[in-house]
Amino acid sequence: MKALCWQGVDELTVEQVPDPRILNAQDAIIKVIASTTCGSDLHLLGGYIPMMKSGDVIGHEFLGEVVEVGSEVRRRRPGERVVVCSIIGCGRCWPCRHDMWSLCENSNPTSGITDLLWGGSTAGIYGYSHAMGGFRGSHAEYIRVPFADHNAFPVPDDVEDMDALFASDAVPTGWMGADLGGVRPGDVVAVWGCGAVGQMAARAAVLLGAERVIAIDRYPERLRMVERQADCEAIDYTATDVDAELRERTGGRGPDVCIEAVGLEADSAGPMRVYDEVKQQLHLEQDRPIAVREAIHACRKGGSVFVLGVFTGFVDKFPLGALMNKGLTLRGAQQHGQRYIPMLLDRISKGELKPAQMATHTMTLDDGPRGYDMFKHKKDGCVRVVFRPS
Amino acid sequence: MKRVLFGAATLLGTGAAVARWLAARGRAPVVTKDPKESLRWLGVTINLPREEVMPDGVPPRPLSRLDVEVRAEQAPGDRGTELYARPRRAVPTGPMAILGRLRGTDPRQEVRKALRDAKSILETGEVLRPEPEPAGIHGEPSAIQKTKTALTAPKSRAASIAQPVRADRSGERRQPGLRDRVLALAARRAPGEGRL
Ligand SMILES: NC(=O)c1ccc[n+]([C@@H]2O[C@H](COP(=O)([O-])OP(=O)(O)OC[C@H]3O[C@@H](n4cnc5c(N)ncnc54)[C@H](O)[C@@H]3O)[C@@H](O)[C@H]2O)c1
Ligand SMILES: [Zn+2]
Ligand SMILES: [Zn+2]
Repeated sequence: MKALCWQGVDELTVEQVPDPRILNAQDAIIKVIASTTCGSDLHLLGGYIPMMKSGDVIGHEFLGEVVEVGSEVRRRRPGERVVVCSIIGCGRCWPCRHDMWSLCENSNPTSGITDLLWGGSTAGIYGYSHAMGGFRGSHAEYIRVPFADHNAFPVPDDVEDMDALFASDAVPTGWMGADLGGVRPGDVVAVWGCGAVGQMAARAAVLLGAERVIAIDRYPERLRMVERQADCEAIDYTATDVDAELRERTGGRGPDVCIEAVGLEADSAGPMRVYDEVKQQLHLEQDRPIAVREAIHACRKGGSVFVLGVFTGFVDKFPLGALMNKGLTLRGAQQHGQRYIPMLLDRISKGELKPAQMATHTMTLDDGPRGYDMFKHKKDGCVRVVFRPS
Repeated sequence: MKRVLFGAATLLGTGAAVARWLAARGRAPVVTKDPKESLRWLGVTINLPREEVMPDGVPPRPLSRLDVEVRAEQAPGDRGTELYARPRRAVPTGPMAILGRLRGTDPRQEVRKALRDAKSILETGEVLRPEPEPAGIHGEPSAIQKTKTALTAPKSRAASIAQPVRADRSGERRQPGLRDRVLALAARRAPGEGRL
């Protein structure tokens, strides 16, 4: 079959690769209908995520049709149209049973490296390096889905492919940021980053009853989009002082909940960008935590900050003093999609969430490298590229 | 590569200077040895009651196949059962343990893997099999290359310093970078051995 493969930093190729097979009795094979680019893939492309091997098939946010199931699969059947959570859960370990699926203890067969680095590992993730299980990704014609009963969710007939697709990753990630960030009716919520993840977090905050939601980015088309689709306010961080702007809009308090949806390649209009860039290149820090710092500084006393953006290692100038003295709560996680997907499909079907607008570009797999080029450099208003392999 | 070496050299240099300064002031940190290193139990917590983890006191497979001491205890709260094991034969300690791990001869390695596998089998009924190694190795005879477009280097101000080292583009299989090699060495454990 055809697949989009990582070959090295900023290098992707389309290759013929062997078809996936059922390797465990609870696996299913899915024929991919649609698979989308994610900001997390940009970190792979930039070479920031360890343990990638050339030839790895990338992609983790997808929708497809079940074509084969292993002998121990009970609930999924060939022919079903399913959206698959980007992060693999077993459904039976303690974290899975407590709805913290991205902390699954049985779905990452190569957890040694992250155990060493972080003192504990995450669940397996499709197409996301050999530190996260080395599972082949979804930018391919077919994909193997382990523990299929727990990870593949049937899509209601009235939900279109392009809406259901984002219920795999961007929608539940954004929802989790607002939910576990503790958004409550009457809150003021600020969201850093207006990619699909930030836009979905902003929309989730509105649906959870936030009184005002303020989204921050630099791309005008993204800012206009989030104003329209999430019904919130926007700040261009290249045009103003974000901290001062947030204080002025909140009576000097700062936002109650701050959601960071930017990640380790954060940009800044100020000198911090150069400072972090240099340290990152010298391996004196792995990640650029620019938006996290800003969120902690802006957050109201006693408020909460949720980190959705991906980080890998150590950062510099972390404002621990602000965190401690302002009594903040700081949380983060890879997304616990299985906890939210059925509810989110229901909300999509009711029209409360319209994630299909994120799909600004649709291409075939052959155009994979060009698609990532557009997505990485946000060309032509690109928010997400969707590949349709067949 | 250059920037990696430069980074490492800066770090080492600073570290050495600080250590010398501390030592001169009689404040150098003392490296303590783990007094229980050779006796430590390795443990996993299994989300099942004790009777299901060790029915009639029999350790679960594949742990039952190893020459190990095994014990199980009820975990606090609703957390299930703590299953512990340690090799009966002597284990290397200190620097020898590091060497043993690198060579793959430390008996704790197979105990860790067996504990994780036992947990997975008890909780889910199977141990996930990793997929065969990289699927689309570009340049190998089996790989029919359809398209090859390297992403163009960004031109924005953001990118001028950001561009990390480019991979070798000769069409050969890319060698793992220094960082990956160091990480892989440091974390050298049987696949799936995990923490513990
Ligand atoms: N936690 C999870 O499970 C999970 C899931 C999916 C994605 N992610 C992560 O979420 C992040 C966003 O993903 P995406 O797909 O939306 O990516 P994206 O690249 O489309 O969007 C990132 C946005 O952040 C903006 N940005 C950069 N610096 C900023 C700053 N200082 N302040 C405000 N905005 C800034 C960029 O302009 C861009 O629009 C990534 O780090 C990705 O890895 C996490
Ligand atoms: Zn993602
Ligand atoms: Zn699990």
